[in-house]
This record gives sequence, structure tokens and C-alpha cells, in this order.
Amino acid sequence: MTAREGGDRTLGEAAGISGRSAPAATLMPALTVTVSLLGLGLLWSLAANAWPSPAFPGPGQVWQVLLREAASGDLFYHLGATLGRVAAAYLVAMIAGSVIGILLGSYRRADRFFNPWVILFLNIPALVIIVLAYIWFGLNEAAAIGAVAVNKIPNVVVTMREGARALDPSYAEMAAVYRFGPLDRVRHILLPQLQPYLAAASRSGIALIWKIVLVVELLGRSNGVGFQIHLYFQLFDVAAILAYTLAFVAVMLVIELLLVQPVERHATRWRRRPA
Amino acid sequence: MQPVGAAAPLRVDIAEKTFRSAQGVSVTALKNLSFEVPNGEFACLLGPSGCGKTTTLRILLGLDRQFSGSFQLPEGGSNRIAAVFQEPTLLPWRTVEQNVRLALPKELRVKNLDALFDTLGLAGMRSLYPAELSLGLARRAALARAFATEPAVLFLDEPFVSLDGRTAGQLRRLLLDVWSARPTTALMVTHNLAEALALADRIIVLSPRPSHVLGVFDIGLPRQHRGPEATNDLLRSFHQKFPGVS
Ligand SMILES: Nc1ncnc2c1ncn2[C@@H]1O[C@H](COP(=O)(O)OP(=O)(O)OP(=O)(O)O)[C@@H](O)[C@H]1O
Ligand SMILES: [Mg+2]
Repeated sequence: MTAREGGDRTLGEAAGISGRSAPAATLMPALTVTVSLLGLGLLWSLAANAWPSPAFPGPGQVWQVLLREAASGDLFYHLGATLGRVAAAYLVAMIAGSVIGILLGSYRRADRFFNPWVILFLNIPALVIIVLAYIWFGLNEAAAIGAVAVNKIPNVVVTMREGARALDPSYAEMAAVYRFGPLDRVRHILLPQLQPYLAAASRSGIALIWKIVLVVELLGRSNGVGFQIHLYFQLFDVAAILAYTLAFVAVMLVIELLLVQPVERHATRWRRRPA
Repeated sequence: MQPVGAAAPLRVDIAEKTFRSAQGVSVTALKNLSFEVPNGEFACLLGPSGCGKTTTLRILLGLDRQFSGSFQLPEGGSNRIAAVFQEPTLLPWRTVEQNVRLALPKELRVKNLDALFDTLGLAGMRSLYPAELSLGLARRAALARAFATEPAVLFLDEPFVSLDGRTAGQLRRLLLDVWSARPTTALMVTHNLAEALALADRIIVLSPRPSHVLGVFDIGLPRQHRGPEATNDLLRSFHQKFPGVS
């Protein structure tokens, strides 16, 4: 029970915005975020005016590059390539990590045996895994996505192992008495109990994955945001580097707002609303 | 009032059940526990706290297989078992109605549950989540789930514990209402003698740990004739037969 409450707290951050239904209450945080971001932009523009240099472009210049890249279609091509890799690596890491984590959380002996492996993999630098994957499996898409997934899997394993340890056996016993089928057990008993842990693993996962995807692209792919940043780094084109970075951050924010948060809200609708 | 299914009774014959704790201490909970519940009868298992009543039910439910001895569940009819646990054990992430329907076998999933929900006073609560129910309502939902499956045998583990007296009495009447509509072999654990006298056809009295059957108290009287006076008579004859059992 305590672990579930722990999960709640992680969720609370996401649900905090949606918990109240009054329109004013949902508008205020959005307004705060907008003002806060505008403030940052203003600060940036002031600083860029104070120290004019091609290595430190202002928001206006970055915006120009963004429009130019968007008009040529390059922006969307490379964003799409990176997004595809992020999605693939995320899926592989979540599925593999969840299966391993739930098994380790359910079987003490397996956990004791494999725990050193988990710690080892948690501590291998991302760069090493990427380089080795390219050397062993060649400069191809599978190696790239696999390397990113392997970087993320140990984190998912650790989180999902906690989740499996916190499973309440009384639900499983109820399911046994009423002879739930295997599919029903996963859907109605297992997944809802693991949901806070899945959400926590996803949340920390997406942020980590897209940063590693950029490195993978920089080292061994010929498209994607990482590849473009590498290209503009050689040209010392800071405005273009910032344009691609900001564009991708924006995409990830939109995904968070339009996909992750609604899904979480739907998954936690049964929790008693705060009065 | 026809009993459902064939005539095979619930037969329990547990030679021994011992728990071994992590520190190596072993606790014998049950020893030579044997009794029978005829088909279609409502029996109560009465015994002091900690004597092994929940342990017995867990063995019969197939949740604990570490014991010596055997038991036979009533056969015929649906062959399904149903249980009302000491806690309601509803899935918090499913509505009351989904909780009930999920426990049903595939061929019954779409069956009409209106009558059952009406009898249990849950008609307006079908779409609520368990967190939105009081404990009394949650226990009613657990009863609905058990009866909806049309089981061959029903196990109840102190289903009315930690409710106030009035609510418990009301739930007992509801339980009898749904049970009489389809008399199922039932075994209910309780340590409340008055409750057992109100509900049961027979009371199986257990000793303190290690538990065995002290004796069986048959209540010949039909339930509708168990008014306050008749209950007092039953109480007196129970105490004559089992002095020292409260
Ligand atoms: N998992 C377990 N490990 C060790 N001992 C146990 C375990 N479960 C039960 N026991 C012991 O077995 C005995 C019987 O327990 P049980 O829960 O069956 O009692 P009960 O009759 O249901 O009591 P109550 O009326 O308080 O619910 C108790 O002494 C308890 O300490
Ligand atoms: Mg008990």
C-alpha cells in the first residue's frame, strides 16, 4: 500500500493540472507556463543584444533558420526520423524492461542472481554501448535503436521490479478463485497495479531516450536531429543547432501534453478525487 | 427451495496444516479437522479468533496447498466456487458492475444482473468505483459478485466484520434474501454466535488451535421462525451442548 502511495506522488505532478475541473484552475497553470517561457525568451534576447556574436544568436535569428528549414522540408524529415527512433527504442525498452523487471520482482532467487547484472548495465556509459553496438552490428538502424533501448532497459527494470514487489496478492487470489483467464489477469489485475510504475518509467524514459538518440545519430546515422546538429557543428552554425534542438523539445512537449497526460488521466480516473 | 446441483456434499478431511515461519517456528493451525456440509445447506464455522478458520477456507479455495488430508467440493451444476473475503477485495480501478461481470465466466458475462443489484440495493451504484462506496456498500458488491457467478459452493469469511450492528443486521437479511432465491451450499466463517444462529442450518464449532471440530449444532428451526424468543431458546440449548463456547 505504501508503495502505491509512493507511485501516487509521481503521478500527482502530472495529475495536478487536471485534478480540478474549474476552467480558471486549468487556465492558470497554462498562463504561468506561457509567461515563464516568454520571460526566458526575453532574457535570451537581451543577452544576445548585449553580446552580439555569431556563436550566440538571438531568438529572432533562430526563428528565421527554423522557418527556412521548415520551408525546405528538411526540418520535418529529420524530426520525423528522430521521432521514429525515439518511439521504437521506447517501445523496445518498455516492453523488455517491464517483462524482466516483473520477473525479477516476482522471483526472489532470480532477482538475487541477476541483480549484479542490472547494476552493471546501469553503470555502463551510454556512449560505450552505442560504440560497441555499431562495431558489432554495423552502422544500421537496428543497432542504433537497440543501443538506445539497452541504455534505457536497466532503469525500466529497476522501476518495474519495485512495482512487482508492491503487487497486492489478495487481488491475484480473488482472480484465482473466480478463475480469471490469463489475459484478464494481465489487463484487470496486473497492469492497473503497475500503472504508476509504468508511468514513472515512461516519464523518465522518454527524456533519457531522446537525448541518447541524438548521440546515436551523431555517431552513425545519416539523418535525424542528431545528424543535423553534427553537421551544423562542423559549420559552427549555432542558430541552426538551436533551431533543431528547440523544434525537437517542442515536439516532445506536445507529445507530453497531448498523449502522455491524457493517457495518465484516463488510467487514473478511478482514484478518488480530492474533495 | 430446491437445492441446486447433484447431491454430493462438501466434505472436508484435513489431517494437519502447519505453518513454518521464517525463523523456523512452526505453528499447527489445524489437526484432524473433518466435517460435512450437505448439498444446499448453509453452514457456519464458529471458533475463537486465530483458531484457523481463514486457513480452512483458504485450503478449500485452493489458495493454500501445503497441507495433509483431502477435501471434496460439491459437484454438479456449475462446479464454480465463489468467495466473499474478509476484506471486500474489489478491484479499485473497475466499477461495481465491471467488478461483478469480470468474475463471471465468458458465457455469463452479458447476463442480466438487474434483479441481483436490486435485491442488494446496489441499483444506483453500478457505475461507481469502489473508492466511492462505504464499507457496507463495498461488502454488498462483494456479495453481488459471489452470487452472480451462480456457484456450486460459496465461502464467506466474516463478511460482516467491522460494520456497525444495524448495517451488519441489514446485510445479513440481504444475504438471506439472495441465498434463498437460489440455495447454494455455503460455508461461512464467523466468531459471532448470534450471527450464526440467525443464518445457518448448522453450526460447526471449532476448538482453539490446533483446531478440530468440537461438535455440530443442528438448527432444525426454519429461519423465518427464529424470532427473539426462539433465538433465546436456541442460545440456551447451544450453551448446554457447548459450555464455555461463547
Ligand atoms: N501465513 C502464515 N504464516 C504463519 N502462521 C500463520 C499464517 N497464517 C495464519 N497463521 C497462523 O495460523 C493460525 C490460524 O490463523 P487464521 O487466520 O486461520 O485464524 P482465524 O480463525 O481466521 O482468525 P480470525 O478470527 O482472527 O480471523 C493463527 O495462529 C495464525 O497465527
Ligand atoms: Mg480469519
